[in-house]
Amino acid sequence: MKYAPLNLGRWILWSGAALVFLIAPHLFSGGFALTMLTQMGTLILFALSYNMLLGQGGMLSFGHAVYSGLGAYVTVHVLNLMGKGSFYLPVPLLPLVGGLAGLFFGVLFGYVTTKRAGTTFALISLGIGEMVFACARMFPGFFGGEAGISTNRVVGQPFLGLTFGPALQVYYLVAVWCFLGMAAMFALTQTPLGRMANAVRDNPERAEFVGYNTQHVRFLQLVLSSFFAGVSGALSCINFEIVSEENVSAIRSGGVLLATFIGGVPFFFGPILGAIVFVFFVVALSGFTKAWLLYLGLFFVLMVVYAPGGIASLILMQLPVMRAGRWRELAAPYALAALAGVVALAGLIGLVEMVYRLSEQGASTVLTVLGLSFDARATAPWIVFGAVLAAGLAALRAATRLVGERWGMIQLDLQAKAAP
Amino acid sequence: MEFFLVQSLNGVSYGLLLFMLSSGLTLVFSLMGVLNFAHASFYMLGAYLAFQVSTRIGFWPALVAAPILVGAIGMLVERFGLRRVHKHGHVAELLFTFGLAYLIEEAVHLIWGRAALDYRVPAELDGPLFQIMGSQYPIYRGFMMLVSVAMLVSIWLALTRTRIGLVIQAALSHPQTVEALGHNVPRVFMLVFGGGAALAGLAGVIGGNAFVTDPGMAASVGPIIFVIVVVGGMGSLAGAFVASLLIGCMQTFAVSLDWSLGGISIAQAAPMLPYLLMVLLLIFRPKGLMGTREG
Repeated sequence: MKYAPLNLGRWILWSGAALVFLIAPHLFSGGFALTMLTQMGTLILFALSYNMLLGQGGMLSFGHAVYSGLGAYVTVHVLNLMGKGSFYLPVPLLPLVGGLAGLFFGVLFGYVTTKRAGTTFALISLGIGEMVFACARMFPGFFGGEAGISTNRVVGQPFLGLTFGPALQVYYLVAVWCFLGMAAMFALTQTPLGRMANAVRDNPERAEFVGYNTQHVRFLQLVLSSFFAGVSGALSCINFEIVSEENVSAIRSGGVLLATFIGGVPFFFGPILGAIVFVFFVVALSGFTKAWLLYLGLFFVLMVVYAPGGIASLILMQLPVMRAGRWRELAAPYALAALAGVVALAGLIGLVEMVYRLSEQGASTVLTVLGLSFDARATAPWIVFGAVLAAGLAALRAATRLVGERWGMIQLDLQAKAAP
Repeated sequence: MEFFLVQSLNGVSYGLLLFMLSSGLTLVFSLMGVLNFAHASFYMLGAYLAFQVSTRIGFWPALVAAPILVGAIGMLVERFGLRRVHKHGHVAELLFTFGLAYLIEEAVHLIWGRAALDYRVPAELDGPLFQIMGSQYPIYRGFMMLVSVAMLVSIWLALTRTRIGLVIQAALSHPQTVEALGHNVPRVFMLVFGGGAALAGLAGVIGGNAFVTDPGMAASVGPIIFVIVVVGGMGSLAGAFVASLLIGCMQTFAVSLDWSLGGISIAQAAPMLPYLLMVLLLIFRPKGLMGTREG
């Protein structure tokens, strides 16, 4: 690592991030936008903590919701005790409680899960997740059964005049913790532990030869990651004022995996993008269609097949081309590909929605698109949407081939320039 | 005594069903290094397709057709999905099958709805097979055992006695050599993946009406078969067999015993037991019951 007295770019980036957190609720006003922003903040923290495992440590976990969920459960109980007046703790410090709870369970379960790496780790984390979920059914006293445990975040004395009743105050609480967590997790990647986690991910055998215990490195990484997961769990508890078994479920664990991967696992900021896209999918899209999970799954599978580096890699790939001033050559093929993609998507959405209307009992089979009504029981709309999908896919194939050709030419030129 | 006998039979039949699922998973894993997260989804597809076929034509055609259809879907998935991700490594493959599990579940939601299907045991297999000291044992349980055992024996024969079986076995340990001898290893992969999916589909055909056919069936069986693979030892067929029977019997007995420990009855704790077993085994024997590799 080179010595840099003042990394100007990094300062600008982080101040920019802080500024975005600060002004976002004023850019997108309205209760709905604020709810989404708060959820994004929580999920950003959760996804970043997940990427400490998958991206930095090479540990694919299917049970990360255990740590955030149990953190949320401990927080909700502490909050309820505060409500009864048992003791006083300022509400802004509650995420610390969740974090410590996450840390505790990270130590407990991490001892078992990190014994193995790779695929076996993935399976064990899945098993631990299912075990905790089964526990939630078994101990309704602590987990609140199917209804969950609800709470009230407005307790005790206002902290510096803040009651955390209004949603805006909650947003800023989430924003501050999210920013602090982001900074802390970024700092962790620069520490010897963060570097060793990378080494253990890339080549465990060599890391062992250098004298590090890979199991120990994985364990520490998981414990620290579960701390931040716990913080995000506590934030979601404060935000929603309810914690239920869904918080520790496989759905949550899968969700954070999807969000992180879509954003981009190889990059620190990838999960931030992923969390934003994911919340958009969940909150915005689920209002429009019942099939949103299908679209999300399809998007995820396409990312796995075509862009394993996530959205972040797609953006970063453009940078060298832009720097060389040749992005203009790609603009037209990109536009074509986007257009073809939209056409294909329209066909697909039409088919999916018709399937859904036919299977859902009581749903009307008549759909209206752009003022045009048609019945899903008729044959004509199926042919039309099928044709649109096929045409879109064919156009997309041609467009991506064009993009690939141009891209390859530019890359060759850039390489030739780089190696004289 | 009679309770013990009947429950053991139930446990063994459930265990054999679990082995039908975990054997395909283990074979695919040891051959391709891919842990197929969507394996339980193929089980679900088997049950749904069997329902669809059996309402049109009947149960017996469904018993043949549904596994073949699921196997064909599995081969398509391998050929056009998994093979493309292969170059990105095992994590990408695992993630691909994870996404696929989402897609299949959502597709089932869309096509068949969210409620459980009325997929019933056929009339000719409905009824008691024999009586042991006053309690009846259903024919269908016996039929399940028969199908499982017949399938296991035929797999074993196919793997050890046929030419393609020998090629598969050779490709398990020395894929390059097999390829050098002129065999199409990717095609072997496709066949094995499709075969594993077909096995899961068959398990779905006979398990779907014995238990329940609903969109949650993949999510409820999936984790159990992964636990079996870990407990038996990654990639060990014999281990998977022992673990399947063990967990099948454990689950069956736990649900029917009414002992309790500290206010929690064993029946309540039943869903947790396989995972607990996995955790204990990992602490005391990290390579699994019959696993050979550690790490």
